Amino acid sequence: MLPKIKENVDTPKPCSVAIRSLCPEALQTAMSAPKPAVVAPADAGSLPGHRVTLGVDRPMRLDSGAELGPFEVAYQTYGTLNADRSNAILICHALTGDHYVLDQHPVTGKSGWWEMLVGPGRPVDTDRYFVICSNVIGGCMGSTGPKEIDPATGKPYGLNFPVITIGDMVRAQKLLVEHLGIEQLFCVIGGSMGGMQVLQWAVAYPESVFAAVPIATAARHSAQNIAFHEVGRQAIMADPDWAGGNYLLEGTRPHRGLAVARMAAHITYLSEPALHRKFGRNLQNRQSFTYGFDADFQVESYLRHQGITFVERFDANSYLYITRAMDYFDLAGDHGGSLPNAFRKDGRGTPVRFCLASFSSDWLFPTSESRAIVHALNAVAANVSFVEIQTDKGHDAFLLDEPEFHQVVRGFLEGCAEHRGLTARRRAP
Amino acid sequence: MSPLDDSSAASVRTISGNGNGNGIRFDLKLIAEMVEPGSRVLDVGCGDGTLLAFLNREKGVDGRGIELSMDGVHQCVAQGLSVIQGDAETDLKDYPADAFDYVVLSQTLQAMRQPRTVLENLTRIGRRAIVSVPNFGYWRIRLQLLLTGRMPVTEKLGYQWWETPNIHFCTIKDFVTLTEEMGIRIERCMIVDRVGRVTGHAHSGFANLLGEQGVFLLRRG
Repeated sequence: MLPKIKENVDTPKPCSVAIRSLCPEALQTAMSAPKPAVVAPADAGSLPGHRVTLGVDRPMRLDSGAELGPFEVAYQTYGTLNADRSNAILICHALTGDHYVLDQHPVTGKSGWWEMLVGPGRPVDTDRYFVICSNVIGGCMGSTGPKEIDPATGKPYGLNFPVITIGDMVRAQKLLVEHLGIEQLFCVIGGSMGGMQVLQWAVAYPESVFAAVPIATAARHSAQNIAFHEVGRQAIMADPDWAGGNYLLEGTRPHRGLAVARMAAHITYLSEPALHRKFGRNLQNRQSFTYGFDADFQVESYLRHQGITFVERFDANSYLYITRAMDYFDLAGDHGGSLPNAFRKDGRGTPVRFCLASFSSDWLFPTSESRAIVHALNAVAANVSFVEIQTDKGHDAFLLDEPEFHQVVRGFLEGCAEHRGLTARRRAP
Repeated sequence: MSPLDDSSAASVRTISGNGNGNGIRFDLKLIAEMVEPGSRVLDVGCGDGTLLAFLNREKGVDGRGIELSMDGVHQCVAQGLSVIQGDAETDLKDYPADAFDYVVLSQTLQAMRQPRTVLENLTRIGRRAIVSVPNFGYWRIRLQLLLTGRMPVTEKLGYQWWETPNIHFCTIKDFVTLTEEMGIRIERCMIVDRVGRVTGHAHSGFANLLGEQGVFLLRRG
């Protein structure tokens, strides 16, 4: 008898459709499968969207000193570029995101990751703006990354891929934007690692950015966040199937390590109240404890599900490289230890108009991080708006239905459009 | 209820009410009059952005705001105003000197923990500061205290003593003395009561008795 959890025994509460569809046995099998089938997450050539080769004439110099080029950048666009090319908005995706902002995902079949914010009539209105999003270099959804073939060897890069930084990602995006013939972006928007790229854009190319919306982000990756990333990387590297990074050649895949990395990271995207609200101590499809290490609790089942579905779409080495890029990000460090200096050029404050947003229950990129950026922007008398949104949904809130946040983005963009002289919403023909 | 106690209009702001039905509050209008068109303005404690929106629209200023309440900030940013959530007492120090042509503090000085430091920062950040303060020496307030022996509660200062955010009241005379001590020049002032202008002379004896509030254009000396 388990009197303590009586209410759960009587009424097992399913936590979500996705989890319900997975029986515990299936989860268990997937988590402990000795050698999962080797499937590439996505074959770059067959993916929807555009792809361009950059760095052909001259390879791109990376922050590490290494050179990359020629390299591929996969990207998507939505809406129409206006005649004077002034209505382009670049969206920067987060750590495990990609450029399928509005498309059905080619691997998971899920709908676009930012449909809440972007689309016809949405705050980032594709009837009005030309929206671009590219897969970051080092990624695994079509842009050059460790799983692509190194032209020098004819084999996948693996760990021979150079270590990249947020600065390098943005450098590649700049080449893409130039390739598209756009001199100045109307706005750059992104959350989390995407927010870091937004900040990097504003700092590296202030003349090429009219407005910037860094969301739930920081000007440097904190020690705690580096620590979490290290746990994830160690999980991957501890998986024998990682094979020293050569799993593609060895015909293995470090599914278990990557799944554990995702599980640990996923906790940091949520909040204790949100986890409690969603799962509490509810049991997963059972009446009582099994007195074993099966996924007795819904929250365990949920995390395992997150881990398993993640490995279908993501490359383990990409995960190593991209988490590293975030760890290295430190705008103040790049500017003599002074964050305001990052936003100063030739003695003048940045001309970029900023709108920062943070979420009250986000402990991965807490409000204090955004506030530090706001204070630095104040110190150069920059044009800045800042809003903290009250929510219990944690870091993930920036991807979810947060009407207040969406209103803020809409209002900010409309104000900027007026200043930029963009005409009101384009009428359908 | 005392005949002078006109607190029926409940206040949600530091100072309550919309002075006149059409357009913006009376004292905000006075502030707006002092702002040159096309200038850079920081509105400290900008509330729902009424003044900023008015200045943007009517004077074409480059306006920014700081507001403590999240509700206010949301309303501002959602209508395209550049406003940050922040506290004047901690955040003003970040701004460089002369960052703005005008820094506005409307009816909020008396709610600050360190009004003198705030005033210092206002005149440092702005080439000019525009400050409006309620006058605790206003005759109705004096009379209320004299006749009832209780802390005055008026339409404009509609709080009981135990709930008021206004912790540092001053009279116009007090305010003028402080500016003199701090070496701040009063370039222009408007002393008004509820029907209109009383005087343009801050030192006038009438000002401290008949003025319900004062709006001051300040510059560090």
